[in-house]
Amino acid sequence: MNLVQMLEALNQRWKLLVRLFLLVLALLVVIDAIPALVDKEKAHTAMELLPGFWSVYGFISCVLIVYVSKWFGDIGIMRREDFYDD
Amino acid sequence: MTDLWIHPALILLLGAALLPLIPERVRPGYLLLVPILVFARVHTMAPGTYGEVPFLSWTLTFGRVDALASVFGYIMALMAIIGTLYALKVKKKGEFAAAWVYVAGSLGAIYAGDLITLFVFWEMMAFSSVFLIWFRGRKESLEAGFRYLLVHAAGGVSLLAGILLYSRGAENLAFVGFNVQSPGLGEWLILIGFMLNAAVPPLHAWLPDGYGEATFSGAVFLCAFTTKTAVYALARGFAGLEILIWLGVIMALYGVVYAVLENDSRRLLAYHIISQVGYMVAGVGIGTQLAINGVCAHAFAHILYKGLLFMGCGAVLHMTGQSKFTELGGLYRKMPWTFVFTLIGGLSISAFPLFSGFVSKAMTVQAGFDEHMLWAAFLLMLASAGTFLHTGLKVPYFIWFGKNNCKPETWERAADPPWNMNAAMAITAALCIFIGVYTPYLYDMLPYPTDYNPYTSYHLSETMQLLLFTMLGFFLLLKKLEPKAAIAVDTDWFYRRGGQFFYRAADKGLNGLNQTGDKLAMRRLPSSLTRFFAKPGAHLQWLLLRPFVRGGEGEIAQVRESIDRRSRHGSYPVGTSVLLSVLFLSLMSLLFFLF
Repeated sequence: MNLVQMLEALNQRWKLLVRLFLLVLALLVVIDAIPALVDKEKAHTAMELLPGFWSVYGFISCVLIVYVSKWFGDIGIMRREDFYDD
Repeated sequence: MTDLWIHPALILLLGAALLPLIPERVRPGYLLLVPILVFARVHTMAPGTYGEVPFLSWTLTFGRVDALASVFGYIMALMAIIGTLYALKVKKKGEFAAAWVYVAGSLGAIYAGDLITLFVFWEMMAFSSVFLIWFRGRKESLEAGFRYLLVHAAGGVSLLAGILLYSRGAENLAFVGFNVQSPGLGEWLILIGFMLNAAVPPLHAWLPDGYGEATFSGAVFLCAFTTKTAVYALARGFAGLEILIWLGVIMALYGVVYAVLENDSRRLLAYHIISQVGYMVAGVGIGTQLAINGVCAHAFAHILYKGLLFMGCGAVLHMTGQSKFTELGGLYRKMPWTFVFTLIGGLSISAFPLFSGFVSKAMTVQAGFDEHMLWAAFLLMLASAGTFLHTGLKVPYFIWFGKNNCKPETWERAADPPWNMNAAMAITAALCIFIGVYTPYLYDMLPYPTDYNPYTSYHLSETMQLLLFTMLGFFLLLKKLEPKAAIAVDTDWFYRRGGQFFYRAADKGLNGLNQTGDKLAMRRLPSSLTRFFAKPGAHLQWLLLRPFVRGGEGEIAQVRESIDRRSRHGSYPVGTSVLLSVLFLSLMSLLFFLF
């Protein structure tokens, strides 16, 4: 099976991939909550001791970046492609 | 000079000079041989000080080889090989010559032991790299190149002015750490020169502007050398300067914000250079041994993964003629290998475990946490999420999957690139993974000894959560991230629009002044003077008497007429003449007695 067929095959099993991905997400939080698996001695602050802290942080970061950037673009930063042409 | 010591930059300069004489048949071999020789030379240089030349009252030092210089020299020489391999089939010989002189400038600056030598090589970089933009040949490239050159010339002037001011107080011009506790004006100007090349906002807009317009192969060189030479210079001169921490954090976030808005894949990558160099600038600001190690490691890893990303998007541009997301999409069927390599670059820059960014970025962030700079460290983590969002997800998704926006001719042309480009990408991708898997390779090269281990359970858990939940956010917000055919205005507005305004102001203002002057001095004034002097007596009388004349138009005309007539014939009543004479004499007498 060549590379294109592999990518096609993955593309066709999109739903399965999504389910696997959600499972991995859940597992990550669960693993983070088990002290025997994740040694939190290396944590830098107290709030990082909460299970799944970085999951929440990552998700909020992503949402924040998208919304703040879009707002920033809408206040006059985004222009037509020929803005500088005249 | 003590004994014969060959500067690696010299090999490149000679190689570039001889390039036009090399026959077509052996040219590919020659093109690869020169950078390989340079790499071998860099690799075999023992620590020490070489190439000292007395010049006026100073000593120029061309070869200061120490741990900090070596790690930068090593990766830059390596990138010269990869970049040349990638560009191997480019027809224009001038592009290789420009690229090699550019790399020579970079290596020269890295090994420079004094500020004068540093400045000379610094300028060499600016004046050679601009050709990598101009060779694209588009009108936009020409304009972007001029802007790039002007901005860098301004930065160079600031650097030179700083060096001159600094030289008055300093014993010699050795390029060593500056006084970061209380920098003088000279040091600040030097810092501005360095920061311009490091693309620290607001001195950064030349970067996406220039790199987005460069040739497909030129951008691979550009992304590696200018900013990383500046990072080296900052690490050498300004380690521990606190303001750099905050500037670095701002940079890291700035690039991320603009990347959301960007429609051109290579400009998006350019904004992420700013973001990634932000980590390095912040690391320089923190200035601890771990932080400086992190800076060097991240610069090393960055040159490879950013080169790889520019090679991937460059291949798309080269093969399809398009680099905008709104003109691409669904290309995984046509360019699968380019996709895989670009994805590896994306995972590396995003600091995925087992990829190069994971082992390098973490050092800087860890140094921030160690120094209890929690805000800075947390914001850098936020920027990490943004990096994965764009370079790891947005770029691959909207070029290779997503909605297929390709025109028929784009689709027709799309295919994996020639063998040399694939080979360059494959080697770089392999190196990215190698660095991520076998940490001693990179860590042993760093300026300070380190026992840092990125593969702790906590760091792994932290990174995987951060990245995969960012991925969740990406797919949930996919609609919002759909590319739009628009441009985002950046600080280059000031010199682009400013230039237009200046031109118009000069046109309206100066030309207007010219016209008014012409109208007044050349046309109006002579004719009115002529009219006045035709009958000066009558005009003077009329001017004096005009306020006292009352009556209708007919009467006024009558008075005017009588004044004219009298003045023409010189016939005034005797009484008037006597009255005027008496008045005049009284005035004179009064003045005489008073003064």
